[in-house]
Amino acid sequence: MDFTTFLWTTFGAFLTLCIFSFLYKDNPFYKFAEHLFVGLSAGYFAMILWHNGLIPKLMFERLDDGNWYFLWVDSSKWWYLVPALLGILMWTRFSKKYQWVSRWPLAMYIGIGAGTAIPAEMRARVNEQLSAMMREINWSHFFGTDGVNLLDTASGLSQLIVFVGALCALIYFFFSKAHTGVIGGMAKFGIWILMIGFGASFGFTVMARISLFINRMQFLDQQWITTAHNTAQTPNPNYHWGYPALFYSLLVLALAYILWELISFLRRRAGSETKQAM
Amino acid sequence: MNIFDRLMLIDRRWVFLFLVIVSVFAYVADFQVPIMVEPEVRNIYRFIDTLPIGSVVFLPLDYDPGSMAELHPMTFAIVEQCWRKELKVLITALSQNGPGMADEALRKLVDSMKVPRTYHGITYPAREIVNGVDYVFLGYKPYPAMVILGMGQNFRLPFPLDYYGTPLDSLPMMRGLFNYDDIACAINISGTNATDFWISYGQGRYGFPLAIGVTGVSTAQYYPYYGSGQLFGIMGGMLGAAQYEELADNAGNAKGAMRVQLSAHLVIIAFVIMGNIGFFATMRKRKREKIEGRR
Repeated sequence: MDFTTFLWTTFGAFLTLCIFSFLYKDNPFYKFAEHLFVGLSAGYFAMILWHNGLIPKLMFERLDDGNWYFLWVDSSKWWYLVPALLGILMWTRFSKKYQWVSRWPLAMYIGIGAGTAIPAEMRARVNEQLSAMMREINWSHFFGTDGVNLLDTASGLSQLIVFVGALCALIYFFFSKAHTGVIGGMAKFGIWILMIGFGASFGFTVMARISLFINRMQFLDQQWITTAHNTAQTPNPNYHWGYPALFYSLLVLALAYILWELISFLRRRAGSETKQAM
Repeated sequence: MNIFDRLMLIDRRWVFLFLVIVSVFAYVADFQVPIMVEPEVRNIYRFIDTLPIGSVVFLPLDYDPGSMAELHPMTFAIVEQCWRKELKVLITALSQNGPGMADEALRKLVDSMKVPRTYHGITYPAREIVNGVDYVFLGYKPYPAMVILGMGQNFRLPFPLDYYGTPLDSLPMMRGLFNYDDIACAINISGTNATDFWISYGQGRYGFPLAIGVTGVSTAQYYPYYGSGQLFGIMGGMLGAAQYEELADNAGNAKGAMRVQLSAHLVIIAFVIMGNIGFFATMRKRKREKIEGRR
């Protein structure tokens, strides 16, 4: 590993620890890493958009003569001028006098979006789901497709649970009739179904958060430690003592901050105790 | 103050510290956790495994570095399986920070294919993977819905050039490959809402077989689409990736992380139980004190 790559890997390791320091409390190291991340993401996105969206489509074109042309539009793609013009009109929002003009491209954008989305969404999210809910139960696979498996989502049991669960959950949100008697019982079952759904989402979320932590551990272990230390198990031909020294000096900086925090906490506590004694 | 009152007053940072210690211990310790493969993951593996040589698997990789932990292992396992089976892979990245992720994964995967490997007792020889022959990376374009609809007509509409600036028509793999009719399936690995677009505008509009690999946070919301048959498989979070690695006999970062997941989950469950016991015990105590106060 060359020094430049190592430098960035070390910086990544340091930023990882900076982010985790938030678990203790908000601090300048966390703030630094957070702001750097947001700034980098925004900058990277702007460049990706520029090079993948505007440059190839519209803004600059390099012709066979080797010259770059600003706002060049190929005669066979003259219609690119229409979205270009609409895009430019969006910038009129910065003028108080002409900001009404920006409503035209917005109206066009919303119109196209709605026209494209409504039939597609109706089909995929409403019609298909409704038809799946009302499908005939497959009795041959009632307890699962691969032998008895009660968690098999393709089984008849699952179909039955989905049908009854969806019906009861919908009844819970039906407020035109009092939730008493049979309706009340179904609404209560609907709440249970909703709670199981939320619980499953929460469980998956916990798993996702732990995954992020594991990934950072893997990064520190597989990418940083194995390259920064010249051990017998992981010999590094380009090893230099400056590699780990850099990381540990950053760590010392972080430890100095923790010590400073601790001293100020003890001072504050001693101050409040003196006040109470007085 | 009894033990339950003390439980309710524990600083959350002690919980974090305990969780970190347990996780690090589980990471360092060398033990294996059995992995039970679910049908929704097995369906994806079987689908790819039974494809004839030369089929094209479309892999939209719509995730950012924030979702790398859960989704990168899925990408590695699926692409490696495809290349070992001599399938071709077409890749897009419709998430803003996705192209860099996909490019990094491709470079590592191309290197890993230079070594012969044995999976399920079958030794696959080393292969030189060639850009434009074994895979094509189309890159990124904004507005996923429009790009998905455009690719339904022709991949060349939104992507006249590939990510590296080569015209698609000059790439051997793209000969006869025009739109979704020419792919065997699409497997969307996503950490964004691009999955919704793939379901509505891709599978819904063009009807190709679609499976997804998503982050743990969004897994539950996509199960109805699996139940309705709109998706033929789901990989949910790191667990889904670990199950795929188990099926492919290709142990990677996800499978190795399962022992940490298990240990961390046990700690969290223990704390949830302790917290609930503490909550109900203090509530009971308060009720009792209230009744005694009335007397």
